[in-house]
Amino acid sequence: MSTAVELLEVSRHYGAVKAVDGISLSIEDGEFFSLLGPSGSGKTTCLRLIAGFELPSAGRILLHGQEASSLPPYERDVNTVFQDYALFPHLSVLENVAYGLSVKGVGRADRQREAEAALDLVALSGLGERRPGQLSGGQRQRVALARALVLKPRVLLLDEPLGALDLKLREQMQTELKGLQRRVGITFVYVTHDQGEALSMSDRIAVFNNGRIEQVDTPRALYGKPRTVFVAGFVGTANVLSGALARRVSGGDRPVSIRPELIRFAAPAGGEVGVEGKLLDVLYHGPTSRFEVEVEGTRLTVALADGGEARAGPRPGEPVRLAWPRAAMVELEAT
Amino acid sequence: MTLPAASAAPPAPAARRGPLGVLSSVLYRRGTLQLLLLLTPPLLWFGVVYLGSLAALVWQSVYTFDDFSMTVTPALTWANYRALLHGANLDAVLRTLGMAAAVTVACAVLAFPIAFYMARYARGATKGFLYVAVMLPMWASYIVKAYAWTVILAKGGVIYWLVEKLGLTGMLESVLATPGVGGFSLSTSHLGRFLVFTYVWLPYMILPTQAAIERVPENLLQASADLGARPVQTFRTVLLPLAFPGVVAGSIFTFSLTLGDYIIPQLVGPPGLQIGTMVYSLQGSVGNVPMAAAFTVVPILIIGAYLLLARRLGAFDAL
Repeated sequence: MSTAVELLEVSRHYGAVKAVDGISLSIEDGEFFSLLGPSGSGKTTCLRLIAGFELPSAGRILLHGQEASSLPPYERDVNTVFQDYALFPHLSVLENVAYGLSVKGVGRADRQREAEAALDLVALSGLGERRPGQLSGGQRQRVALARALVLKPRVLLLDEPLGALDLKLREQMQTELKGLQRRVGITFVYVTHDQGEALSMSDRIAVFNNGRIEQVDTPRALYGKPRTVFVAGFVGTANVLSGALARRVSGGDRPVSIRPELIRFAAPAGGEVGVEGKLLDVLYHGPTSRFEVEVEGTRLTVALADGGEARAGPRPGEPVRLAWPRAAMVELEAT
Repeated sequence: MTLPAASAAPPAPAARRGPLGVLSSVLYRRGTLQLLLLLTPPLLWFGVVYLGSLAALVWQSVYTFDDFSMTVTPALTWANYRALLHGANLDAVLRTLGMAAAVTVACAVLAFPIAFYMARYARGATKGFLYVAVMLPMWASYIVKAYAWTVILAKGGVIYWLVEKLGLTGMLESVLATPGVGGFSLSTSHLGRFLVFTYVWLPYMILPTQAAIERVPENLLQASADLGARPVQTFRTVLLPLAFPGVVAGSIFTFSLTLGDYIIPQLVGPPGLQIGTMVYSLQGSVGNVPMAAAFTVVPILIIGAYLLLARRLGAFDAL
């Protein structure tokens, strides 16, 4: 596999603010790669640097091995799906999709045919004559996709494309996007602050915090083996133990993380560690229930399937014993 | 079937509030009444004073003017409009149209870069300064500005001095010798009149254009670049179409203000009447109000046709 996008020690500063601070990143060809992080973490700036809307203050950007650090957007073989779609209000849907072809000088008949094929790809055939203002949010989203895909870019950049959609539609579009990416085989660079979205769609994820990358890994590795306290807390729910408690359960000096679903209410068996605490609250989440437990001043969350054990479980206020396998603990670096 | 429902509405708890409170809740519940009260004064003004005088104007333009007795009789005739299409009258109309078109194009070309800079780049104090700089001349008396230009353009004035210093006197003279553009001196040339009009109406073009450019979202320009459009293409296919309604709005100002102006043509430029000066002299010294009214209808028709054309061109599609 070759490298589609490569960032080498890239920084983008606005005055004293370091939006992106010395990032190195390598995205493979054909990958679904997510940039995940809270707002202001630098993930969108990173995407804009790849698109060419921003130029790096320092560092280099390579696209398919070619130096692209100072290329303007219109000379880069990447296309962007904008957060609010950025459809041209004065053009019809079909003209929007055909726009990139038209500025390239593709003939009218060809661009009409290709734009219609692109609309077909996103299941919008027949709506070409409408104006963007006459479409629903989900439909606009698809037009934005078609407009970018019609140019057959080697890299597609998506800036929180599902952010404006409601939950149901968002879940549906997640599946469609993933399917689309597999079909067209284009590299997707996907910015999101939704860890669930990133976990379910991505081949690999880069977790951003304060303009830096905390960890780059597959979703499974990111969830199972978070490297830092920040990643453990941002990706899924994590119980992070530190200080004396961490020393006692793990024997090391570093904070440790345990996922809620790996803890059970019991005395520790062989190969397990155990703590005692007090149950504070029980929150019902449909398929699971979450138990909030206080252990030596630290709040821990335990997730149980809402079947037998959860219903027969302890009640708030009662003392409880928690146990988890040694292997469930992941040693973290403090950030 | 709204009436029975409205009359069946429960009475307001008047005991708790004074008459103003009762009035408020009545107006709140009867939205139409509120709207009616709100709109009656402006509608009266617009309907009676504005449209009424316009109708009177159009009506008088078909009255008859007797050349011998110098009196107006309310006998309806098309003679005034027929006279518009002849000789000096037609010349004046065409001359004015040409001037208005030239001034509008010049204002649009000058205003767009300034408006673009104000809308996209200027921030904070710079932006405030530019706003003041554009609007300050509008606060100064129009007459004073027009007179000031007669001095600026006069022989021995600052422009002649500058041209001489630059060694371009020959060039200026050949420009002034061009028929349709030139004249005896700058201050009595079409070129001079054009310069003054362009100066006076420029703010009316800058402000709407600036507002229109400001309304174009930045990410549309980025999306265009992202899709491979070079800056010139983005300007032509995205920014210009979306900002065009603003330019059209500005051009209506510059065009109609030039069409109707009667002061600047008296002070600057060659002899020979424009529509404005024609109306001025017809209704003033001659007393031929019907003919003056007919002249006044011309710009109205032209602007109407212009708006239709602009709509046909899609200038208002993005509004």
